[in-house]
Amino acid sequence: MMTQLIYDGTLWGLLTVIFEAYERRLEQVRILKTGTAHPDIFGTSLLIISDPVKAARVWKGLKEKLSASALHQFYSCYLSELPQIEDTLLAFTRHVFASKQNSEKDFGHEATLTLSKVGRMVHREKHRMEAFVRFQRWADDVYFAIVAPDYNVLPLIVPHFKNRYGDQRWIIYDQRRKYGIHYDPETGKVSEIELELTENPLTPSAEVLHAEEKNYQMLWQDYFSHVNIAARKNKKLHLRHVPMRYWKHLTEKQPG
Amino acid sequence: MENWDRIREKLQILADAAKYDVSCSSSGSKRANTEKGLGNTTGMGICHSYTEDGRCVSLLKILLTNYCIYDCAYCVSRKSNDIKRAGFTVEEVVALTINFYRRNYIEGLFLSSGIFKNADYTMERLVRVAKKLRTEHRFNGYIHLKTIPGASDELMNEAALYADRLSVNIELPTETSLKQLAPEKNYHDIMKPMAYLQQGITARVEEKQGVYKAPAFAPAGQSTQIVIGATPETDQHIMTLADTLYKNFKLKRVYYSGYVPITSSDHRLPVIGTPVPQIRENRLYQADWLTRFYSFSVEELVDQHHPQLDLDIDPKLSWALRNPHCFPIDINKADYHLILRIPGIGVGSALKIREARKFRKLSWEHLKKIGVAFNRAKYFITCDSATHFHRDMNPDALRHQLLAQSKYAKGLSSQMSLFQ
Repeated sequence: MMTQLIYDGTLWGLLTVIFEAYERRLEQVRILKTGTAHPDIFGTSLLIISDPVKAARVWKGLKEKLSASALHQFYSCYLSELPQIEDTLLAFTRHVFASKQNSEKDFGHEATLTLSKVGRMVHREKHRMEAFVRFQRWADDVYFAIVAPDYNVLPLIVPHFKNRYGDQRWIIYDQRRKYGIHYDPETGKVSEIELELTENPLTPSAEVLHAEEKNYQMLWQDYFSHVNIAARKNKKLHLRHVPMRYWKHLTEKQPG
Repeated sequence: MENWDRIREKLQILADAAKYDVSCSSSGSKRANTEKGLGNTTGMGICHSYTEDGRCVSLLKILLTNYCIYDCAYCVSRKSNDIKRAGFTVEEVVALTINFYRRNYIEGLFLSSGIFKNADYTMERLVRVAKKLRTEHRFNGYIHLKTIPGASDELMNEAALYADRLSVNIELPTETSLKQLAPEKNYHDIMKPMAYLQQGITARVEEKQGVYKAPAFAPAGQSTQIVIGATPETDQHIMTLADTLYKNFKLKRVYYSGYVPITSSDHRLPVIGTPVPQIRENRLYQADWLTRFYSFSVEELVDQHHPQLDLDIDPKLSWALRNPHCFPIDINKADYHLILRIPGIGVGSALKIREARKFRKLSWEHLKKIGVAFNRAKYFITCDSATHFHRDMNPDALRHQLLAQSKYAKGLSSQMSLFQ
């Protein structure tokens, strides 16, 4: 019989669910986030409360069985927020614990292969964000950027931006998920922030921006249009590399 | 900066002049952010944007100036060309680099220059920009400097201390062609700094294996560019030259740049309107990849009987069709390097196959899911399935069949429209 396990959407919550699936010997399971679950008239639904002790036991077990990169991939796949990714993560976990040897590269196993593909997709989005973040310098010397990534990759890009821009204050805000990451050069720490944006942050009013900001945006737009070689125009290739959904946050794609 | 309009105009002119250099790489260097400094290079390189022609924009790629005393026929900045000229000051280039970098527009700077006064004078200015960025601004982002043919060893040495990558463009695949189109240049002046730097890089790598920390010396190595289609050399010429450069000078990359016609008045060159040989360029890059990452030799891909790469199909498939005796390859048993030789299987799939077959025998279903290009690969493989596609397949028939498949059919039609 199918059992729905409903959790709070956090990683700890998901790991607790996996723990409970073992503990209660549940064979057929669907894992759903609170709010996305519909009552299932043919099966039972259980609300699972996050339990750090249970979650840590599952995590520790995975850590013992898997390489660091496979463990990271597990986390990346969770951040994908794809429908039913939780079920795949559970199937993967079951396969890992059932195998004597390390099974993370058993690409003939369906869940294992799926996770390696999803992991790559998430990694690609992370890499895209490292490329497509465009900071605008504000008058108070904060460098502010807005993104709307397909997957929840802000946690994954923290080390990159922290290492690169260690001497400037910056904020990267995920418009879709309504939270941001803020780096403070004084403490060297990154924190999560929630922001109420009062005006359209893509086109802030003149007094919000640093005096030179508009000039540098214009120079960047000039540069972008002048490195193009018209005789080699290849729109299809261009769109494959920079899909249209990213354009609204790219300085070079704004009307000059 | 004071005069924004003037800066804009200069940037437009000097970006325009630099864009025919196709190198965009920002990879191969690991430079950590020092305390309170700006930026780092991560070894991977990032393409921050793409132009409408689909090329990566990773670095601020500009000339310091497009004034030039040379008259190379293929170059837009040649002395006799009637164009607007401009020059940046060292401070202007530094300010642009830092400000673009802080906004996450770029990975760093790629600075080249027209040659004014003489080689050393020009090289010295380029080095000064890099030095200022590294020392005064503690900039740890990527710096690619062009080395000017004929510049002194002392300046090359200094350039290598500040830059991640250095490059000098060979431009034309034979010295005869170079003599004809760039009378002031010669292979000796181009190869000399390349050889000097290669010795320096090798020496530094050996030092680094010692116990003390040696300063970086062009950590991302050297690259060069060869212009394709301006002169009559074959792909065999070009690939043999590239092979020599990889082997003798340990270059990190050879770039192939399809010639974009810039004049109609020089009978030595293709006139304006002649299509850029983009497909040929693409085939050369594919062949280049095969020699560097798939352990193919140049002789396997082009030879006296096949001096040109096949434009209709990729060089790996072309090789496979010329060598039917090498197939089929047993996916569950064959050595990794043989699996890499199967058309439709790239490095990613080959690695997955190598790992996955340790757990179970792989069938067509597994291979499809792993992501091999099944419709191409299936003719060259046996696996753990009763169905076979390889039997009695003659290369000509297979070629026709594969060409009829969508991907190649599309490639063909776009090729046709290029020449209409």
